[in-house]
Amino acid sequence: MTAAATKTPLPLAGCTPADGGNPLGANIDYEYFMDCVHCGLCLGSCPTYVETGNENDSPRGRIYLWRAVADGRAELSPEAQGHLNLCLECMACETACPSGVQYHNIIHSFKKDMTRLAPPAPTVTALQRFMLFNLTPFRDRMRLALLPVRILQMIGLGGLVRLGGKLLPKSLRSMQEIVPDLHAHHNLPEFLPAIGPRRAKVGLMLGCAQDAFFPQANLATALVLQHNGCDVVIPKAQGCCGALHAHAGLDKEAATLAMTNCHVFDKALGGLADCDAIINNAGGCGPVIKNYGHMLEGGDCTKEGSLFGKKAKDIMEFLAELGPVKPKYPLKLNATYHDACGLAHAQKIRSQPRQMLAMIEGLSLRPLNESEFCCGAAGSYNITQPEMSNTLGERKAKNVLETGAEAVLSGNVGCLLQMIRHIRDHKPNFWVAHPVEALAAAYTGKRPVGLRKNA
Amino acid sequence: MDAKILDQLRAVVGPAGMITNDSELLVYECDGFTIERNKPEVVVFPNDTAQVSRIVKICHQAKVPFLPRGAGTSLAGGCLPIGGGVVISLARMKRIWEVDSRNRFAVVDPGLVNVWLTNQIKSSGWHFAPDPSSQGACTIGGNVATNSGGPHTLKYGVTVNHILGVEMVLPDGEIVMLGGPVEDSPGYDLTGVTVGSEGTFGVACRSWVRITRNPHGYRTLLGVFETVDDATEAISGIIAAGIVPAALELLDSLILRAVEEAFGFGFPLDAGAVLIMEVDGIEAGLDEEASRIEEIAKKARAREIRRADTEAQRLLLWKCRKQAFGAVGRLAPSYCTQDGVVPRTRLPEMLRTIRSISEKYQIKIANVFHAGDGNLHPILLFDERDSEQVKKVLDASTEILDACLSMGGSVTGEHGIGVEKISFMPKLFSPADLGMFARLRKAFNPDGLCSPGKMLPTAGACNEAGHVHTDGAHAPNKPGRRAAL
Repeated sequence: MTAAATKTPLPLAGCTPADGGNPLGANIDYEYFMDCVHCGLCLGSCPTYVETGNENDSPRGRIYLWRAVADGRAELSPEAQGHLNLCLECMACETACPSGVQYHNIIHSFKKDMTRLAPPAPTVTALQRFMLFNLTPFRDRMRLALLPVRILQMIGLGGLVRLGGKLLPKSLRSMQEIVPDLHAHHNLPEFLPAIGPRRAKVGLMLGCAQDAFFPQANLATALVLQHNGCDVVIPKAQGCCGALHAHAGLDKEAATLAMTNCHVFDKALGGLADCDAIINNAGGCGPVIKNYGHMLEGGDCTKEGSLFGKKAKDIMEFLAELGPVKPKYPLKLNATYHDACGLAHAQKIRSQPRQMLAMIEGLSLRPLNESEFCCGAAGSYNITQPEMSNTLGERKAKNVLETGAEAVLSGNVGCLLQMIRHIRDHKPNFWVAHPVEALAAAYTGKRPVGLRKNA
Repeated sequence: MDAKILDQLRAVVGPAGMITNDSELLVYECDGFTIERNKPEVVVFPNDTAQVSRIVKICHQAKVPFLPRGAGTSLAGGCLPIGGGVVISLARMKRIWEVDSRNRFAVVDPGLVNVWLTNQIKSSGWHFAPDPSSQGACTIGGNVATNSGGPHTLKYGVTVNHILGVEMVLPDGEIVMLGGPVEDSPGYDLTGVTVGSEGTFGVACRSWVRITRNPHGYRTLLGVFETVDDATEAISGIIAAGIVPAALELLDSLILRAVEEAFGFGFPLDAGAVLIMEVDGIEAGLDEEASRIEEIAKKARAREIRRADTEAQRLLLWKCRKQAFGAVGRLAPSYCTQDGVVPRTRLPEMLRTIRSISEKYQIKIANVFHAGDGNLHPILLFDERDSEQVKKVLDASTEILDACLSMGGSVTGEHGIGVEKISFMPKLFSPADLGMFARLRKAFNPDGLCSPGKMLPTAGACNEAGHVHTDGAHAPNKPGRRAAL
């Protein structure tokens, strides 16, 4: 405790800041540490702690560790680094914390410092890094990369993809394993008019991985918006929201992507102020987009960033606020709903998706045990921490299958990929989809593409 | 620690089942009570009772101190590893072995989180009654060790009333079965003696716990009062009228501010105090009982009385109450929660005393407590980086607890003695009483290696059977004590 006042950093174990700059942990407002009163009420909500039972893998433990490093009371040993890296950033602890600890700021401080360390975190190979930060965030590159898979699946040789995956180096296998069955890609036009009386004008963000893996969810989102009386503007030049980079502590790269989106949407919408909302449908992206104001603070784009952040809305959140039009067609479906962390914990969006789904005649929602427990997808976590990701994926699959439902709906691309991967071995025909796909079916009367008859 | 001992431990739990790295051990240097800290030399994570027994045997043979740890939510330093040694984390032992609702019991592991048991059985109409505020994180093994209470223990009783049997690893590694699923077993009630022994008798592993039928209905009222005095008058009135509420909880204005900021319940921030009053049971008669409570509260000048109309409102109200401790993190960087008990009738007087102590030391004190049984939880707010304030907090705490004693009360209702309140034991008990305690502990834990330095003043440093230095508030060889100063 006395060490708190005097921050003299110890020499680092095995890693030094590459820039020789500030000592580790100096990049954080110390008050964030002080918010934690060490009560431990977060422990039961933390997936990694629940799995390992090691308090170093709990939110309280991680805060304690990082603070001790910042205080110079402990060295950042490889073990300590491992525990901090194991964090999913699911923010279940922020939901559980009565003291209002802003855990995301604390873990981000660690992540940011990790980018300064040489060598970089050993959990990710150079090839994986390239794919994560130079391929995934770019829709066109991603679609191109997935083209062979799409073709093979189309001609009924999808099995080859999985077989071929076994020949890949281990570092790429985990990336290959997450590829789901791909559906036809629709090139959405830049403008889709409202159906019925016009009630709002919105921009639509397509996302990067979302658009590559689940183009049907983007199409569904546009349709649902149209049926709710929205003019939908979908700028072609839009890009990744920057979430992958931001979570990895690559703030500068994330800001560049954010800035691009600000400019592109500003132009396409005829001024950001002129639209009612900018819609996204990936729960993991939402919190980052809403944070654009903070991300772009002090740059050339501060005002646009803050306006963009304010206009950003998750599709379900927006529909609930707008007051949804009741869908016309029934969809007979026994489903359950998984709360994506980015929605439930980071954006506090829990009731809205359920409320929207409740409007669909014939659809019943079964309660899911541990519905707010992270599925282990957590952005690029399935690549950086495959072991824990697998454990949590299996845990989620077990809970989902125990509901006896025939489908699980969840509003985030990462969760969908993860659940598909872990459920398909148990039940190949189980429908894993974005809730907006069920909604679109109820508005249009068309059966969702992924929902098989014998599900 | 001797490498040979580490090797022996590793043979039991495997390399993935232990921590020896300095920076990782740091996390285990304290629990919810952060004023005293001491790093263990190793933390082990056994998977079952047999492994616990083997670990304890190794410690016993090597004469190394050891202590069990659940989730480390103790507010009294119950998990502080005095003398270093081995921390036996029970966090990986979290199975529910059996739920026998026809015979009203469940068999659970020590590391099972309290509320997980209730979550598992609530759909079939049952729950585990002890509901400490930390129930979302704290473990049933910890509840057994500290004889935990909770808001609803006013009606349902504390943990000891819900433990039928304990499978315990004695400090020499032997596994014994105390009590069991059958009620009223003959012989000494060793279960009763063990519950609340704070880990000084051995390591409680599996427990046979009583499960309780969910009540048919609840009526949850919120009384808003101008002053704490009025609220306490209402409490006495309710009890005197022969009503046994399921819970009766008071929150003062300072804690209301924190809780409101955390959960946005809609508490009136200008109120002097609010009272959460809950009755439960079979539907018939609940409304009548609630009306009687309402009448009594109005007579005690309640400004308004609200009712939780929906289950969601009721749960939010309880969340506000149960997470109140943590919410004070919004008022100050650190806090120290006291756990004094006074006869219910002296609550107003005690609260006035707390107010004057707060003024005297210039330390903010928030109050939230189980009013029904006179169990106070004054929360002293401070900044742990300021050693001056830390000292003031310790002195103010002592003064508050002394006042509880002088009013015929006690220094802990449910948090336990741990290390935090050890210096009060000689004030609470006569040398003869303490001698009896020490002899009892010696019967279980003759070498004092199991949870040393807890509960009794001389903390295992005592060589003479049954003899306790009643002046020994601070054992000289106890590291960590007041390290903050």
